Parts: sequence; C-alpha cells; structure tokens
Amino acid sequence: MTTDPNATLDQWAEGSDYRWGFVTDIDADTVPPGLDESVIRFISAKKNEPEWLLEWRLKAYERWLKMEEPEWPHFPDRPYGPIDYQAISYYSAPKSDEDRPKSLDEVDPKLLETYEKLGIPLEERAALAGVAVDAVFDSVSVATTFRDKLKEHGVIFCSFSEAVQDHPELVKKYLGTVVPAADNYFAALNSAVFTDGSFVYIPKGVRCPMELSTYFRINALNTGQFERTLIVADEGAYVSYLEGCTAPQRDENQLHAAVVELIAMEDAEIKYSTIQNWYPGDENGVGGIYNFVTKRGLCEGDRSHISWTQVETGSAMTWKYPSCILKGDDSIGEFYSVALTNHRQQADTGTKMVHIGKNTRSNIVSKGISAGYGHNTYRGLVNIRRGAVNARNYTQCDSMLMGETCGAHTFPVIEVGNDTAHIEHEASTSKIGEDQIFYCNQRGISPEDAVSMIVNGFCREVLAELPMEFAVEARKLLEVSLEDSVG
Amino acid sequence: MLQITNLHASIDDTPILRGIDLTINDGEVHSLMGPNGSGKSTLAKVMAGDEAYEVTEGSIVLNGQDLLELDPHERAAAGLFMAFQYPVEIPGVTMKYFMRTAMNSVRKNRGQEELDAYEYLSVVKERAATVKLDLELLDRPVNGGFSGGEKKRAEIFQMAMLEPSACVLDETDSGLDIDALRIVAEGVNTMRSPDRSFLVITHYQRLLSYIVPDVVHVLVDGKIARTGGKELALELEEHGYSLIEKGNAVDA
Repeated sequence: MTTDPNATLDQWAEGSDYRWGFVTDIDADTVPPGLDESVIRFISAKKNEPEWLLEWRLKAYERWLKMEEPEWPHFPDRPYGPIDYQAISYYSAPKSDEDRPKSLDEVDPKLLETYEKLGIPLEERAALAGVAVDAVFDSVSVATTFRDKLKEHGVIFCSFSEAVQDHPELVKKYLGTVVPAADNYFAALNSAVFTDGSFVYIPKGVRCPMELSTYFRINALNTGQFERTLIVADEGAYVSYLEGCTAPQRDENQLHAAVVELIAMEDAEIKYSTIQNWYPGDENGVGGIYNFVTKRGLCEGDRSHISWTQVETGSAMTWKYPSCILKGDDSIGEFYSVALTNHRQQADTGTKMVHIGKNTRSNIVSKGISAGYGHNTYRGLVNIRRGAVNARNYTQCDSMLMGETCGAHTFPVIEVGNDTAHIEHEASTSKIGEDQIFYCNQRGISPEDAVSMIVNGFCREVLAELPMEFAVEARKLLEVSLEDSVG
Repeated sequence: MLQITNLHASIDDTPILRGIDLTINDGEVHSLMGPNGSGKSTLAKVMAGDEAYEVTEGSIVLNGQDLLELDPHERAAAGLFMAFQYPVEIPGVTMKYFMRTAMNSVRKNRGQEELDAYEYLSVVKERAATVKLDLELLDRPVNGGFSGGEKKRAEIFQMAMLEPSACVLDETDSGLDIDALRIVAEGVNTMRSPDRSFLVITHYQRLLSYIVPDVVHVLVDGKIARTGGKELALELEEHGYSLIEKGNAVDA
C-alpha cells in the first residue's frame, strides 16, 4: 500500500502515462473531457490513494469497457441520450470563489423564490445557490462541533476521501462488498471514476446520537457527479442518515451515477432517507439531470434492519432501486418511496428484496405521482431464496395520475424458491379527480391547497417514515413541485 | 340575503337554467322542488362555482357580494355552503384534518384568526354533538367507507363547522332511510337562525315534513314555474309535477 503521494505520482508519471500518451499537470484543477486509464490514475493520484484502490478502480474500468449501456425503457415524451462518455470531464476541483456569484443578488430570482417557498433558512440559501460568502464558513464551524460530538461516541463520519486516508482498513474491508465494482454499467463507471462521497462507521453497540443530516446538507455540495457512500453499522449499532436536500440544486453535470452501500451487522439498524430534488429540466424537457443510482444494503447479521425512505421529485430521468439483501436470520428490509414526475420528467424506481436468511421480512410501500407529461414506473423484485424459511413480504404500490397526458407503469416481479413464504401485493391507480378538488374548494380550500392535501394524504405512509423535520420539508416540496400542474 | 337574478347557465352550449329569479331573506328556509332534469342540481353547482357550467347571464349576490366574481373557495369564505348529493372520498386525508384545513382557510379568508389544535378540537366536539356525529368518523378518511347516512350527516357536520350564511342542500335526502333522514333534518333545524338562509333542494316532499320550509319553489325546464307556501309541497305530492308541467304555472 502506498501512502506517499509522490511515490504514487512518480509511478504514474513514469509508467502508464507515456504509454497512454497523456500528460497532465497534476496541479491542474480539471482534466480535459474524456475517459481512459490515465484519467483514472490521475484521479487516484490527485486523491493520494493507496495502490489497492487504484487497482480496484482500474479493474472496474476494464469491466466497464466491456459492458453495454442499458437500454432502459423511456417514454417518447422526452428524448434520451446517447450519453457521450468522452465528453464528460471526470475531475474538476470545486469552483473557486471568483467563479461563484458574489451575493444573492446575482442568483436567479426564481431559484430564490423557490427557497423562500420551501422555507430554507437564509444562511443556507446562499450556500445552496453557490454564493461565496461567510455563511458557508459558519457552517464549517457548526460541522466541526458535530464532528467532535460524534467522535466522543466513536462514530466515524467523514468524506470518502478522508476515510481512504484515515481509515484505509475499514474502506478496504467493505468497499464493493455490497455493490461489486462491476455490478452494473453505472456502478462500474462510478467505481472507476468516483471522486468523493461520505463514509460512516458506527461502532458496536453505539446509537448514533444525532441524525446525520444537517452537517451533510451543507457539505454535500460539490461532491460531484460520481458520488460514493459507504455506511457500516457494527453489531447493535443504530444510525439514521439523510441524504440530499429539498432545495433545488443546480448542477451543470448532466449525468449523476452515485453508488451507496450499507452494511448492517447483527442487531444493527440503518435508516437511510433521501430527498432528491436535482434540476428536472424545463417544462419542455430541455436539460435536467440523469440520475442513475445504485443503492443497496446488506443485512449481514441476524436481526439486522435496513430501511430506505426516498422522496424523489427532481431529475429529468431517474433510475434507482434501493435494495436489501436479507442475509441474516430475522433481518428486516424496508423501502418507502414517493416519486413525483411533472412536466417531462421520468422516474423508474423501485426496490429489490432478496430473502436469504430465515424469518426475513420485507415491506415495500411505493407511491408514484404523475402530472403533466411525466411518467412514473415502479419496478420491483421480491426474491425468496430456497433457504429462506418463513420469509414474508408485503408490497403496496399505488399510482396517482393528474391530468390526461401523464403515465403510470408497474413491473413487479416475484420469485419464490421456498414454499413457506408469505407474500402480499396490493396495487392501486387513482386519479386526482376534479370532483375531489371541487369538493375541497367548496369547503373553502384553494385548488393548490387541495391538491397538496390530496397528494400528502396519498403519500402519508411514506412521509411518516421520514425524520420529523424532513417530513415537513418534503410536504412543502411536493406542493411546490406540483404548483403549476393545477389547471 | 341571497339574491339570484335572471340566472342563465349552460353545459356544453346546452342551456339548463333559463332565467332564475330567487330571493331568500336571512332566516328563511326555501325549498326548491321539481321533476328530474329540471335543473335543480345544476343551480346548486352553479352557485358553488362548478366550472363544468357556464353562466351566460344573470347574477348571484350573497350579502352584497357577487358570487360569480369569486372562485369556488372564495365563495365558501363569503358564506356559501353546499351539501353535496354525492360527497366524494378523499383517501389518506382524515375528516379531522380536512375540516381543520377548511376551517382555517375560511377563517383566514374572512380575516379571522386561525384556530389552534386545542380550540379546533373543542369546536369539533361541540358541533359533532349538535349533529349527532360519531367522533370516530372524524379519524377516518374523508367519506371513506362511510354509509349513505354517515356521508350526509358528515355534510351537515361540515356545515355546522363552517358557519355559513347561506346553505344549499342538494338532494340531501336521496338514499336515506327514515331514521337517517330524521337525524339529518334535526341537524339542519338546530342550525336555523335569523342570520342564516337555506335552500333545500329535493325531489320528494317527505324531507319537508322534517325541515319545514317558509317558501316552496317549483323548477320546470330551468325556470321557476311556481312559488308558494309549504302547502305547495303537499299539493305536488298529491298531484305530481304533471300539474305544473301542463302549463298551470301561477306566480304566487
């Protein structure tokens, strides 16, 4: 393992860069667009990574080269791809202050209006809008306070890059154990070129003393388009983690391919909540993020418990299936999802519950809301392996349509290899009726409030799974996202 | 005072209401009767602001305010309440939450303070008792799995909560057995007051045995064909609407 940056650099400089005909000043902040082995070596060197990690990246890259980009279903209302992977720049340092807006006055007023509606605290608005002001520095001190408190409990919570430097043994032990480097096209790409992300380790028997959220919310900025998250809860540990933010985040990168791995040991519990509100493109489907994420949790130990909750309102196109591998006996996997598509957005999301251990249980609640020309797809797998005695699954999959031009699609797959399994699947499709809205209006409730009330009623079971303060934000977010869909 | 003047309305260019004139003074209960298809329910929906109908002429004025210039939710705030013939279900939204949202929207629009949770619940208890509504119903989704009688009683409960100055009951008696009918009528009767007017739309006379009207109107072909006292309802019961439809319309 090489920890000396110069050694890695030298090796890189002497070795392959010549062969690949690629010479870049290591002090550069950005590499030119394009992807080849030398770019991966550059990223790894820039991050001062140990040799094994570079090897791991390169292996992933090799596999990626041989893989085919999935031709995933999409609907004709929005043109998709092809993505030119050679047109992407795979490393760029965070924007320097000179490139940022100097104050909120320079920020798109429409964006600020949305922050206002969402009730984002003033000091955070600047940070979210990318303004280079003191507010951002304030947040650093807040973060430090949090970190000290976490340290007291032995909790490790840091950026992925820091973890590689400070806890290489943990990273090496767990990285890629849940989502192998070549799991799928986008996971392989991420494994080859990821630039940063988060790392969490909760030691045995520790209940993480706070939601890992506020800190993250501010510091998640600029983590780049290939994000890597690894969370390990050791025996009997508990952690609740929130990713994302209700505020719409601008990003010039069109492709986002993150990987999240969760590992829960015996009696451990991980609650992972996401609010995703990346730029969805404009009303006509121009622009917007492609959000192709691989999220998977491993219930390694007996009685372990992993719960995914997501509120997906952003991105032009979302492909995302947070899953659970229920390996430990009596382990529990849960998936609660609200996906909202408006205008030309398309969301294809769901989960995979793989039952391996005995008496494993899984619970799936998926709520899809389609408005405008949006399409919402639920795609799920419940897989009961042969040894999974007494496995139980309950799936509820509801779709709500607003208007005549949107669509809802469901593709549930159930594979049962053990006949003691008990599986329930319920599905419904409903429409927000004009008669419902009129009824609310007659009672004095405005059309906007009526829609948000009906939608929130529809999503209630999922929102109830979110930490309190985020449930409130999520509710507002749903309102704002649907604002112009009421005729 | 509720005043409807020369009201014309149509749906898909087909005229339904053809010049309705109707004045209900504060404290009065008027009944609107008429054969099927005469436009009774259309009048209720037009008053509430259903966008499916187009008002081509005329006005509806409540306490000096032109309702036709207001959106449906503003009409509610202005004091208009309609009890629906077929109340819709709203899954996932409890009646308690729904009514709190409605009440606070209306209060806000009227320039009143919103009620906090404690104040709201005490009003709920009091009004539910008035209309003999089981409190348990309020924790269920709006009209979700309610029986016909429960739905109508819930409508009257909502009326009691929102304290309107003009109430329109659109065939509230339809689908009710005699016990449910009596309970609903009692609820309405307890709400009668000198500053509140009622328009009770019904096809049958039987509801009017329980809610005794001051004035009875008969609607035929989108026009008020006859107006009289409560005995007019009994007369219709005996002879049927054919009496009026045959052209014996007399203004009272």
